[in-house]
Amino acid sequence: MDYGLSEEQLALRNLARRIAEERVLPVRAELDESEDFPWSVLKDLADSDMFRVFVPEEYDGLGGGCLELCLVVEELSRVCSGVAVSYAASALGAYVLLEYGSEEQKQRYLPDIAAGKRLAAFGLTEPAAGSDVAAIKTTAEKVSGGYLLNGTKQFITNGGEAEIYTIIAVTDPSRGPRGASAFIVEKDTPGFTFGKKEKKMGIRASSTRELVFRNCLVPEQNLVGRLGTGFIMTMRILDRSRPGIGAQAVGIAQGALEAAVDYTAQRIQFGQPLISLPVVQQKIADMATRAEAARLLVYATARTIDGGARSFSEESAMAKVFASDAAMKVTTEAVQVCGGAGYMRDYPLEKMMRDAKITQIYEGANEVLRGNIAVAVRKRKARRE
Amino acid sequence: MNIVVCLKQVPGTTEVSIDPETNTLRRGEVKSIINPFDTYALEEGVRIRERYGGRVTAVSMGPPQAAEMLREAISCGADDAVLLSHPAFAGADTLVTSCTLSQAIRKTGEWDVVICGRQTIDGDTGQVGPELAEWLEAPFVAYVTAVEEVTGSTMRVRRMVEDGHEVVEMLLPGVISVVKEINVPRLPSLRGLARARKADIPVWTPEDIGLERDTVGLAASATKVVRVFFPERTRRGEMIEGDPKGQVEALLHRLRSAGIAPGRRDGDD
Repeated sequence: MDYGLSEEQLALRNLARRIAEERVLPVRAELDESEDFPWSVLKDLADSDMFRVFVPEEYDGLGGGCLELCLVVEELSRVCSGVAVSYAASALGAYVLLEYGSEEQKQRYLPDIAAGKRLAAFGLTEPAAGSDVAAIKTTAEKVSGGYLLNGTKQFITNGGEAEIYTIIAVTDPSRGPRGASAFIVEKDTPGFTFGKKEKKMGIRASSTRELVFRNCLVPEQNLVGRLGTGFIMTMRILDRSRPGIGAQAVGIAQGALEAAVDYTAQRIQFGQPLISLPVVQQKIADMATRAEAARLLVYATARTIDGGARSFSEESAMAKVFASDAAMKVTTEAVQVCGGAGYMRDYPLEKMMRDAKITQIYEGANEVLRGNIAVAVRKRKARRE
Repeated sequence: MNIVVCLKQVPGTTEVSIDPETNTLRRGEVKSIINPFDTYALEEGVRIRERYGGRVTAVSMGPPQAAEMLREAISCGADDAVLLSHPAFAGADTLVTSCTLSQAIRKTGEWDVVICGRQTIDGDTGQVGPELAEWLEAPFVAYVTAVEEVTGSTMRVRRMVEDGHEVVEMLLPGVISVVKEINVPRLPSLRGLARARKADIPVWTPEDIGLERDTVGLAASATKVVRVFFPERTRRGEMIEGDPKGQVEALLHRLRSAGIAPGRRDGDD
């Protein structure tokens, strides 16, 4: 398939693939088993300028867009999506700054994020606020010298490892969804600690932790964007980052497809390779078609965003929903065609199946996103578009 | 620090054919790579520059397509690169290669250290490094596993010897050859790739480095490869089939009939 990628984009994809194959593949199983954070791989990614991809040139980045980020995430995810999400979460943590930060805030944080010296993270979810994001309880009370943060964030990717956190907190409880704001909180700020590290089904190399704020004083200058726009910014940022989850899912699907083809081509049953059996061929064909369709939807959405579209909620939800469902289906079928070997932990497929599941859940559960798509479709019909 | 790293482009696989006329490798047919040992030399050069400042210049002699390898060297951290390429350079033995490289290194300007891989994977001689030091009238330390410290005029390195390590202090300018234990070479960076795409890599001919054509290449080589061939297989393995007991008996029978094992003893089954 010709994806119409530029020479630079192809070089980026090739380098990301090389890092994945040379530096991630040898430690993939070990990271999954130990649940250790992949610092050495992230160092390799930093050395190769991968964290510069999503940062504008004026802050030491390379000025890539959504598509460039998707290409890197896809290639890493093809080998290990636990590593891929640790990388992508830094981009998500930087996005609010990138889009809404002041010049001073950008100068202060983005060059370190671009160099991969410091990881970023985004803190929205709370014990009582998952899909119901407006239910967040973490408060930021205006005091002299800044804002006092109190509350607990849950399931935060890169929690404990990142040094720069974008935190959404309620600044005016009386205003509901218009009463939340975004803050940059640096690791080691007094009153900011980490709760338990979660044990997960998949993406086990990544760190998922609670962030605990107890009278954590954040200076006034760390407020990002206007007071009260926390939710609006969050919704727009998630629209922008969601194709990245789609890319993660495409990578998982691609990795599973390739592993399944390799295995079924060399596994002899009934006197022939499994892949010669029509029933296996039918499955492989469907897997390949799903992965390809998902990739095209993700790339098209990324290009829509990079082209400067004003609204892309519907497209980015579609890309994420379709690709994550494809990844789940493809990995499940890949385990199935490889039979016992697919189920065993000595082979990579069961990990890919475990990893795929999260893509249907995080950055907007697929059910919530389908609801959003349906609303958008109805509105379009009403507008006779 | 002005650091020069010598790189050679070598065939990427072992399936290469040999030109029966010149008895040299046919390089056009297979995918080429940087000689793996040279990647450690490049990485060490870049690390020395990162610690002490300076420039890393990659130098190679080879066909025009070796420029691509030099671009890869730039993407992995070299500041600039020079290619020695001309039909007259072809077929050089190690003596002429090292002489040619030494002239090129002199032409790059003031230099402090030259770093080579311990040997190439195609020629396998390991001679170019030490010969280069001779031509440059500089000290040489082989099989370096660590560069411990560099001062203005000396370099302290650890080198591998048969039963351990030696720490050697060398006067600069000097030449070292490195082994793979010294580092893990980095992958290219995106900024490096962008620089490599735009880099202007000069191609030098014998005249450019002040050498007459009859002092380079095959013409000037002190040694000639007379013949390259695959050795005839004089020994052949034989697989003995059967169950373990039968296999042992068959093996013993063969060893005895060859007069290698003693004959049957009492009590043998």
